[in-house]
Amino acid sequence: MSTFTNIGAIVRKEWQHYFGSPIAYAALFTWNALFSVFFLFALNYFLEASMNPGGSMGGPPRPNINEWIFRPTLMNMAVVALFVTPMLTMRLFAEEQRQGTWELLATSPITDWQIVLGKFFGAASVYALMIATSLLNFVAVFVAAEPKPEWKPVLTGALALLLMGSCFIALGTFLSTLTRNQIVAGILSFCLFLAIWTLSWLDNPMSSDPVKVLAYLGVTGHMEDMVKGVIDSKDIVFYLSFIGFGLFLTQQSVESRRWRE
Amino acid sequence: MIEVADLRKSYGRFDAVSGVSFAVGKGEILGFLGPNGAGKTTTMRILTGFVTATSGRVTVAGYDVFKSPIEAKRSVGYLPELPPVYPDLDVMSFLDFCARIKGVKSADRKSRIDRAIEKARLGDVRRKLIGRLSKGYRQRVGIAQAILADPPVLILDEPTAGLDPQQIIETRELIKSLGGDHTIILSTHILPEVSMTCNRVVIISKGRVVAEDTPENLTARLSGKGAVRLEVRADTREAFDALREVEGIVTVNPRGMSSGHTILELQAEEGKDIRAAAARAIIGAHIDLLSLSQVSLSLEDVFLELTTKDTAVISEVAPAEPAIFTPIAAMEPRNREPEVATTPPAPAEAAQVENAEPKETN
Repeated sequence: MSTFTNIGAIVRKEWQHYFGSPIAYAALFTWNALFSVFFLFALNYFLEASMNPGGSMGGPPRPNINEWIFRPTLMNMAVVALFVTPMLTMRLFAEEQRQGTWELLATSPITDWQIVLGKFFGAASVYALMIATSLLNFVAVFVAAEPKPEWKPVLTGALALLLMGSCFIALGTFLSTLTRNQIVAGILSFCLFLAIWTLSWLDNPMSSDPVKVLAYLGVTGHMEDMVKGVIDSKDIVFYLSFIGFGLFLTQQSVESRRWRE
Repeated sequence: MIEVADLRKSYGRFDAVSGVSFAVGKGEILGFLGPNGAGKTTTMRILTGFVTATSGRVTVAGYDVFKSPIEAKRSVGYLPELPPVYPDLDVMSFLDFCARIKGVKSADRKSRIDRAIEKARLGDVRRKLIGRLSKGYRQRVGIAQAILADPPVLILDEPTAGLDPQQIIETRELIKSLGGDHTIILSTHILPEVSMTCNRVVIISKGRVVAEDTPENLTARLSGKGAVRLEVRADTREAFDALREVEGIVTVNPRGMSSGHTILELQAEEGKDIRAAAARAIIGAHIDLLSLSQVSLSLEDVFLELTTKDTAVISEVAPAEPAIFTPIAAMEPRNREPEVATTPPAPAEAAQVENAEPKETN
């Protein structure tokens, strides 16, 4: 019981930091602005395709809204997540170290795991809020379009985006424990996320087995099925293990500080 | 309440704490004294579970700090050297957060926060961002945080550092009022603070305990080594000449001179009272005796005596300042000849004499 209260207290405090400073607003703004841009491009592209006169009888099938608008927008946002999540994670531990408030957390009757989880959920919930607000862009399409597009792939796609971003957040949280300078933590995270993202490019049928293993670790590749509306347990397991591993590294790093300091 | 047994902490080859043991009883206020780098902060950090020790045993309120850290931490309120506060939160939100992570029940939270705010005198800044507060207020927020959950043990690392004199007095009174209900360990650089607030003193130097006693006993231990302070209307040379014949004086040290007044500190042979003889000698030489007083050893002297080896070096650079801040005069060259020591003022001392001048102009 007290475990949840403790984690909740940390989450609450992280929200006070995020929304007491420009960070949360900057992240929300960047995310929503880029989401709208990608959405409008996709919408425009879709409209042009459906105006195409060849489409009436015997021509190519009418373009599908899910396929033409929602799917590309959500996939593009994966790249935006790569830029935005370091903004959320860079200060998590680095700032506590620099301010000396780490001494308060570390001498309070809460465990290292509770601190780590509280910080992770604090950042992940702001990220979830970003996704939720941006999905409002799609509402107009659901209202106006006839026939109605499917909503399930949108939800699984959003879930995929959430899980993928949470992998970055878990890793970013770990990197934040390594330095007391949040800018350094941010740059480190960004570079690492970029490297992980490029791993997905390696995935093609011609590549050798070791390269395939590397490609498997590219977090964006595991989104594709879910964005199409297919939840494969192996993708979910992949994401959850990735997050778990990131948090484990964080906890180990935090604990090792008690020996070093 | 607190037991520390053979505590050691090394960083690589460097031993920050090498075999510290002491115990603090319930309701006691223990002063933790030592020069910078002596291992005070490290010891306190181990007690609060912030860092682990290399070896040794620490129990706080009956809990082993290494085996049951959460229970031990629940019994301790800790004020680190730098108050651990978030500049972007206001005082109330910060204390609310602290109450939550310290496991204060939600029903008690409001009353506990109010009580801490009242004790730390933060009433007028409740809704201010901590980042906008002065150093003194931040320190008080740190104290409020430490006493918030009403823990049986308080560990305060230099609680009065950075405060103005009024705040220092208030903080000392607060600490004193917390003693009795709470067991307190406080570290400090300000020595009078220890004699004012603490029941017992542990002096540590280079990672070891060099003395442990009540402040009174520690000063008494070195009594008889007290000096006599004289103020005369004469220059240093005349005064020296007058005192040359007095039996029992080991050394005479000039402590300052200004417009014809000279202040001298006389070191007597152990157990000898030279006051009467010195007064007679001065008056006999037709010099005006303006004041004569026994300088009892302050805790400062005890401290320096215990934590430094070369006291002679210190006496050379001793500034002309009031007694309580003046380290004891050359105790090393203990010459048995009665009329030693009347060394004329060295150039360095002459410079201090100049420094003393502006005092008179006021």
